Amino acid sequence: MFDFLSDYDNPTLLGAFWMTVKLTFFSGIGSLIWGTLLAAMRVSPVPLMRGFGTAYVNIVRNIPLTVIIIFTSLGLADTFRVTMGSDDFKVQGFRLAILGLATYTAAFVCEAIRSGINTVPLGQAEAARAIGLTFSQNLRLVILPQAFRSVIGPLANVLIALTKNTTVAAAIGVAEAAYLMKTMIENEAAVLLIGAIFAFGFVVLTLPTGLILGWLSKRLAVKR
Amino acid sequence: MKLRKVSAAAAAALVLSLTATACGGGDSDKDSAAGSGSGGGDKIKVGIKYDQPGLGLKEADGSFSGFDVDVATYVAKELGYDADQIEFVETKSADRENALARGDVKFIAATYSITDERKEKVDFAGPYLLAHQDLLIKSDSDISEATDLNGKNLCSVTGSTSAQNIKDEIAPKANLKEYGGYSECIAALQSGAVDAVTTDDSILAGFAAQEQYKGQFKLAGLKLSNENYGIGVKKGDTETVNKINAALEKMVSDKAWDKAVTDNFGPANYKNEPAPKIGVIVK
Amino acid sequence: MTSVLYDAPGPRAKRRNVLISVAFFALLALLAWFIWYKLDEKNQWAWALWKPFTQSEAWTTYLLPGLGNTLKAAALAMVIALPLGAVFGIARLSDHRWVRLPAAWVVEFFRAIPVLLLMLFANEFYNRYTGVSSEQRPLYAVVTGLVLYNASVLAEVVRAGILALPKGQTEAAMAVGLRKGQTMRSILLPQAVTAMLPAIVSQLVVIVKDTALGGVMIGFTELLNARQTMAAFYATVIPSFIVVSIIYIVLNFMLTSFASWLEQRLRRSKKSTGAVLSAEDMEELNPAAVGGSFGTGGEGGGLPGSRTYT
Repeated sequence: MFDFLSDYDNPTLLGAFWMTVKLTFFSGIGSLIWGTLLAAMRVSPVPLMRGFGTAYVNIVRNIPLTVIIIFTSLGLADTFRVTMGSDDFKVQGFRLAILGLATYTAAFVCEAIRSGINTVPLGQAEAARAIGLTFSQNLRLVILPQAFRSVIGPLANVLIALTKNTTVAAAIGVAEAAYLMKTMIENEAAVLLIGAIFAFGFVVLTLPTGLILGWLSKRLAVKR
Repeated sequence: MKLRKVSAAAAAALVLSLTATACGGGDSDKDSAAGSGSGGGDKIKVGIKYDQPGLGLKEADGSFSGFDVDVATYVAKELGYDADQIEFVETKSADRENALARGDVKFIAATYSITDERKEKVDFAGPYLLAHQDLLIKSDSDISEATDLNGKNLCSVTGSTSAQNIKDEIAPKANLKEYGGYSECIAALQSGAVDAVTTDDSILAGFAAQEQYKGQFKLAGLKLSNENYGIGVKKGDTETVNKINAALEKMVSDKAWDKAVTDNFGPANYKNEPAPKIGVIVK
Repeated sequence: MTSVLYDAPGPRAKRRNVLISVAFFALLALLAWFIWYKLDEKNQWAWALWKPFTQSEAWTTYLLPGLGNTLKAAALAMVIALPLGAVFGIARLSDHRWVRLPAAWVVEFFRAIPVLLLMLFANEFYNRYTGVSSEQRPLYAVVTGLVLYNASVLAEVVRAGILALPKGQTEAAMAVGLRKGQTMRSILLPQAVTAMLPAIVSQLVVIVKDTALGGVMIGFTELLNARQTMAAFYATVIPSFIVVSIIYIVLNFMLTSFASWLEQRLRRSKKSTGAVLSAEDMEELNPAAVGGSFGTGGEGGGLPGSRTYT
């Protein structure tokens, strides 16, 4: 029943899902860093930064991810000749996909963190100011540590969405799960079985993420 | 407040559709099978490509141009359909066999190479043109042999036979980029991101002749494969195959074929092979 | 407006802010210059590449029909997904375990699977097992994929919308002797729909964005796919891409603005119960959704009356 799976070695089923995991991992880290910076910009005392943060979030969230991903290949790689440190198109595609996914996801991370900042009682910030902390100290030592704890739930949702969004990388030929599924489903007779295998793969990837981070967010929640 | 009325109406609609969902879902305006035999006032559906200048291209005014289009129009006329009775439909490479098997189109003239594998699924009339896989390179490029390609950056269309040929035989070590359409590949060639674009020379010539690209590219002239373009017909429809073959023979003999070649490949400066003999497939 | 995160800037802080502004502006300008320079270097600003967009044919032959298909798929998906979502949302609130649990499984299952996988599967399924013509099939597949995913998201929206209503509504309905079904139909659902409207509109943005996947992966001739045919004719790859991106941004920006306008209007409305499911709440349910509040000082999300940071 599963015989046909061994016909695929570029990538294999596990290889394809491993690629999905790698894409999720690296673009997750990238978007967390960039998204946090964006959130800091959006609450910063410098009007220009606030404007940039707002504009970034509102533009990026309104473009289809597919457009962003294809643009990394068509625009960045081909036109701007940003080769991401590799001339091998396979490696290049992988890195470009991470860049595109991080660019897109950062907007959602930013919004999640911003809403997390809003859950921190104002008294905290006021007390921090009263003892003479500057904006960046206030943010680093008082607000963000609390905000991150309350934001684990929303961030978990962003992570799950990111895991699913990595499939869009197939549009620029990154050999991840959706790419393999497209090849398989067009060539094999067992359409339902293939659908079930890949659906199962994603359920396995996303369900524990939700459960573990859900548990973590309850455990770490600031008791108020 | 107005909004309240609106949402009340929306709620009512929701409740209504709740009871109706079971039978709803998707309109079923099934198109009648493409020109089922009888000529007369009927329309005929013909599958072509929309994005290949010189072969099958959707023009800005909504009309279609190219060699495939001219051949299809001639053949349709011989089958008893005037130009205004033809309805051109886009058949992407991956969809061609299905469109025929299902009867969505009567025949397909869309850079459709006759291969043994495809012959198992569809019948072919023709061939009506012999093309070769080739490379499009910059005018100042020095690529002149297939062996030069290993280690070079190439571009082709996802899932095309040309891409497969490169990977399997011609240059397995080449660095191959795959896009959904040739115009993206040509743009990559223009910017220098790839060294060559590979597919049938007939297609490449059409792109090279476009105004934006004039004088920038040339064909390497390598003849990496033989592509016998045939007209795809539903498996088992021998009657139509015979009719189309007769039409193609007539097209060559009354010089309409030559005219179509000059009209479409002339501006591209494409040195095509002479008209192939019906049923003779160059391996 | 000053923020609670920092003191009102004094002379030194003001000077520092100006300095940071200048540095940040320089950084942005550098980035803009880099993009402009790179495009110029590749001759992408050539008028010949942009001229097609000033001609009506480019729009009437390629882009507008593509946009039409995008909107058609999005509208169909929403119209079919909404009632389906309502069924599952209400089923998840059922008093009966055997209704509640299966509904929950279905909803959680389809929320866990990428839309692209659903589209690819639907495309091949229709191809093999149904008589859908090869012209119509991509549309069917895209709509099917979108419906399966969005119905499960909307199920959660409906559930949250009903749960957001004050308990008194159900209690009052019971007190006047309405049955469960009647309570749902004539009391809860109409109010929940009002509360859900902004969330539904912002979900429409997600749907519009996801149609692009069908264009690239299964050949549905929506906006992004029509761009390819257009680029083949005019030989204008990068400019067509930029124009299409702008169309998406404008379209979705209008939808998002409409959602936040709707939300604020509903919040202010005195007649309603005050329960509004905002776009911000949507992010809990579906992180791919687009929030509705703009600007940094907006009164968008947040509880009425409470002060917030941003």
